[in-house]
Parts: sequence; C-alpha cells; structure tokens
Amino acid sequence: MPITYTSGEQIEVYRFSIPVTVGVPLLALFLQAFVPRRFPFFSIFDLPLLVTIFFGMARRNPISGLFTGAAIGLAQDMLGAYPIGIYGIAKTVVGYFASSLGAKLDVENAGARFLVTLGFYLVHAAVYFTVARGMVNMTLNWSWSRGIEAGLANAFLGVGLYYLLDKFKQRT
Amino acid sequence: MESVLGRYRNLTILVGVLFLQVLGLAVQVKRSGDAESTRLIRIWAVDTITPFERVLVWAQNGSSNLWHNYFFLRGVRAENRQLKQQIEQMRLDQVRLSEDAGQAHRLQQLLAFKEQTIAKTVPAQVIGSSGSDLSRSIYIDKGSNEGIAPDMAVITAGGIVGKVLRVYPSTSLVLMINDQTSGVGAMLEKSRLQGVLKGTPDGAVILERVMADEKVSPGDTVLSSGGDQIFPKGLPVGTVSKVSPGREMFLNIQVRPAADLSRLEEVLVVTEKQEQTAVVENGARVRAADILAQRLPSVPDKPVAAAAAVGAPGSSKVGAPGQSTSAAAKTQIPVTGSAKPGSVGVQQVAAPSTAAASTAKVASGASAVAPATAKPASTGRAPDVDGSAEPKASQAPKKTVPKVAGDSTASGGSPNAVGSNSASLPAKSSTVQPKLPVSQPNPQPPATDEDPH
Repeated sequence: MPITYTSGEQIEVYRFSIPVTVGVPLLALFLQAFVPRRFPFFSIFDLPLLVTIFFGMARRNPISGLFTGAAIGLAQDMLGAYPIGIYGIAKTVVGYFASSLGAKLDVENAGARFLVTLGFYLVHAAVYFTVARGMVNMTLNWSWSRGIEAGLANAFLGVGLYYLLDKFKQRT
Repeated sequence: MESVLGRYRNLTILVGVLFLQVLGLAVQVKRSGDAESTRLIRIWAVDTITPFERVLVWAQNGSSNLWHNYFFLRGVRAENRQLKQQIEQMRLDQVRLSEDAGQAHRLQQLLAFKEQTIAKTVPAQVIGSSGSDLSRSIYIDKGSNEGIAPDMAVITAGGIVGKVLRVYPSTSLVLMINDQTSGVGAMLEKSRLQGVLKGTPDGAVILERVMADEKVSPGDTVLSSGGDQIFPKGLPVGTVSKVSPGREMFLNIQVRPAADLSRLEEVLVVTEKQEQTAVVENGARVRAADILAQRLPSVPDKPVAAAAAVGAPGSSKVGAPGQSTSAAAKTQIPVTGSAKPGSVGVQQVAAPSTAAASTAKVASGASAVAPATAKPASTGRAPDVDGSAEPKASQAPKKTVPKVAGDSTASGGSPNAVGSNSASLPAKSSTVQPKLPVSQPNPQPPATDEDPH
C-alpha cells in the first residue's frame, strides 16, 4: 500500500497563490451548480469536497484546512435549499482531518488518494446526515448503495482532479 | 490552562469553529417560522454565482438555437408532417374531452363545487442547480421583480416540477419534488387514492401513505390532489413505475415523474390561481361529429330535382305527410355514408355505421321528411345532404338529374352521380343547416341559380 508513515520534517508542505486559493474553490462551486443542469449525472460528484480534501492534504496545516473547509462548505450551503451550516460543519471536519492526515501520511500517489477520498466522502456524508437529522430535524434517508456509488465516483474523479491541481502547487 | 490550549490549539480552534456553526444552525432552526434570517447572506452568494450562469446559459442557448434553427434541419419536414397529424388527432381528442369536461362542469355546478384553476403563469428558464446530490433544487431566472413569491407551484407542460422555496430579486430557488424534504399531495387517477409524494436519496420519487391493501399497479397515472394548497388539483405528476410492500402496512410506490426533472430548461411558475365555481358554457356545444364533418369531404348542395325525388310519394319511410317537421328539421340525423342518392326517394335514415358517417349532418327533412305529395319538379331545392350518397341509376329519375352548381366535373359529368361523394369537394355544405319548410305540401323552391330548370 503506498500510504507511508513519515515524520513531519520529511513531508513537503505546499502553498498556493491567492488566485488559486480563491479561484479554484469558486470554480468548483460554480461548476457544481451549473454543470448538473446539462449533465444530471454530474450531481453525484462533490467538487467542493474534493477541493477541500486536496487543499487540506497539500497544505498539511489543520487550521488552514478547517477554515478552508468551513468557507467552502458555508458557500455551498448558501447556494442550497437547506439551512446554512450543514455542509459547513461537514467540510470543516473533513478539512481538519485531511490536513491532519496529510501531515502524518504521504498521500501523493493515486492509490492513496483514491482511498483517502473514498474515506473522507463517507465521513463527510456521515457528519452531514448526523447534523441534518440530529440538529435540523430533517427527514433525510441514507442509502448505502447510493453512498458507496457516489464515494467511488468521487474517488475516481478526485484522483484525476488532484493530478491537475498538483500543477498549482508551490514549494514553501 | 494556556499550555493546554497551546497543546491542543488545532483541536480547540476546530471545536470553536464547529460551535459557531452549530450556533448559527440553531438560530436558523429556531427562526424557521420567521422571515429568513440568512436572506442577506444568501442573496450575496446567489448574486455572485448567477450572473455567470446567466451568461453561460444565454451563450449556450444562442449557439444551440443557431445550430438547430438554421443549420441542422434534417428531418424537419417529416417531423412537421408527423406533428400535423398529431395535431389533427389531438383536436379530435380535445373535442371529445371538452364534452366530458363540460359534463363534469355541469355536475360540479349542480353540486356547487369550487375548483382551483391556474390563472396566470410566468415562464422561467433554469439557470443552475443547488449542485448537490443530497438536495434537489434548481435556480430559475425569475424572481420577486417578476412577481414570484415563495410556495408558488412550478410546472412544465409535462407535469409538476416543484415549488418556489426562496425568492431573490432576479432569481428564485425551486425545491423539486424529488427532494427528500419535499412533500406533494398526490392521488392516483383511477382509484382516487391519496398519498404524499416525496423524494428519495437517489433522486427518485415515491408515493407514501397508501395502505398495503389497496390495489395499485404500474402504469397508473398520478395526479396532484390539491391537498398541499400549492399545486392545483389534477395536474399530472407521473406514472407508477413499481409497487412493493413498504413499512408499517403502507405500500412502497415508485413514481416516474411526468416532467423530466433531470433535464429541465424552461418551466412555468404559477403566479396566480383562481378558485371559482364551475361555470357551464351555455353556448352551442361542438361535437366531435361536427368537427369531423367539417373536415371530411362531402357532397355539394343538392339540387332541386334530387329533392323532388326525395319527396316522391310513398318513398319516404321516415316522414309522412302532415307530420310535423319543425322538430325534425332541427334534428340532425346522421345517415350512413353509403346511402345512395339514387335511392333518395326511398332513403332510409340509418344509424351511423362509422365515425365518418356519423358525422354527416343531414337535414332530416331532406328526403325522409319531405311530403309525400311533393312532385319532383315542383319541389323546392333539396336541403343539403352530406355523406357519400351515390346515385343508383336504376332508381334515380332522369328528371331529377340536376346540374351540380358550378361543378359538373365534380360528379364526373354523369347525372347519376349527383349525390356521389366527391372527395375533392369542400366540406362547406356539411355545416349548412336545413331550412326547407318540408312540412308544406308544395314547397316553393328558393330563388337559386342552381335550379336545373
């Protein structure tokens, strides 16, 4: 398995330019809102989640990761029909743990990224449903088949997307 | 304390950020009955995204229209022909249905029913979605500036789509019927069983709250019941695609939405509904038969001589001298299209044998009610006879052979073909009402150029 445990010093920490930091999440939000109109199957993907995971793992800074996740999640909530904060909380958690994981593990290859993305998708869904049902009292039902299907789809897309976003990495 | 916070700094910040968001959620949930507490922040987000979406949709539609309307016209003629045929069929269906609707309205009026109808709609274009697999909602390009308000029904020509959830100045958020938090009052068309339509996690639509002992089968049509006070009653919702036993003695009914929810481009927002007592139109009703009669070819106006033959003594089996014909003249009696004019004098009013035949409006006095004493030559102009009556040479008196006014060729130039059905002739005579005073023993022929004498 390509996931290797390394010390913090051995792992490179990346940073991104401001246009990338702001533009990529905004583009992800825009595409997520626009593309499903033409291609309904696209709604199975969660581009903002993939971007959150990517930035979290690349920066390897939990605080940066949680704020990135919170900002992206809240923006996604604003465009949705449900109360603001459900995606925010879920992506905050994902951003934090993605950064923490990135600080401890080297997740640079495709296999590791696939598994990490699949895992975080399920974590994200679990937090989302917990908050939606437990706090907002929404009548949402979880479908395991749909969840696994979406998780795998996002994991596949994530591997390709991370490869593209790697081009924007800047060494510190 | 400081050392603890410093040691768990990341975790502390995480908890703090989560706490703030939970607090914000709690405030929203508590104020859910009031005006939206997050309206301003949502407006900012929507106003940031939607302009780009509008531009893209505009460009996309423009290029698509340019291609489809000016370049890619393959098969348009065939499609046009097919659509015209479809229109013909639908016109006939419409007449039949309007007859049924009229009857329903009369019954509703008798029972003082009130019905809710769609009075006004605003067309809108779908410009985006919520962008989530967990919630099903779309953005449309019309908002409060165009009179859109929350809880308005959103429909397409196919069926219902959802309801307006949030309204912004120039856009609105529509919660679709396949969202898990939506709920639409629906009923099955045949059995009139009512239930609640909801979305599932995978974006399908189910009808809940239908008892397991009820009989529901795939293919049944689902309509809106009007119970939700959002969708007017009777709008198409979808068709039952699968029925299986569900939980708590309820059926699990999957519904295929009538509107293609995944490919919405244009929708209609119902901005105004009317609740009114059923009104019955007292105007002349249009029957399917009449429409058909107008559309089918018919014979030209019947000349005088033919009418004379019609009135041959003892030839009529329906009418009799002295018999009041005022009512008969008003009555439209359909005749079979195969009735032969040659046998006009002995024409029997027959029951309609085909749909086309039944459409022919015939003045009942045309032949059957003509006085038996009327002489062929002295009879007035025969009323118009529709139908494909053909003359029978052996029975058609030569004296009565008329000249078809203005169109001798229509009958092939043969005098015996007076009543022949000329397919090329216009159907104008089919709507002409009988005016011949057939009750008179010796009716005077009306002044007409068609008098063969």
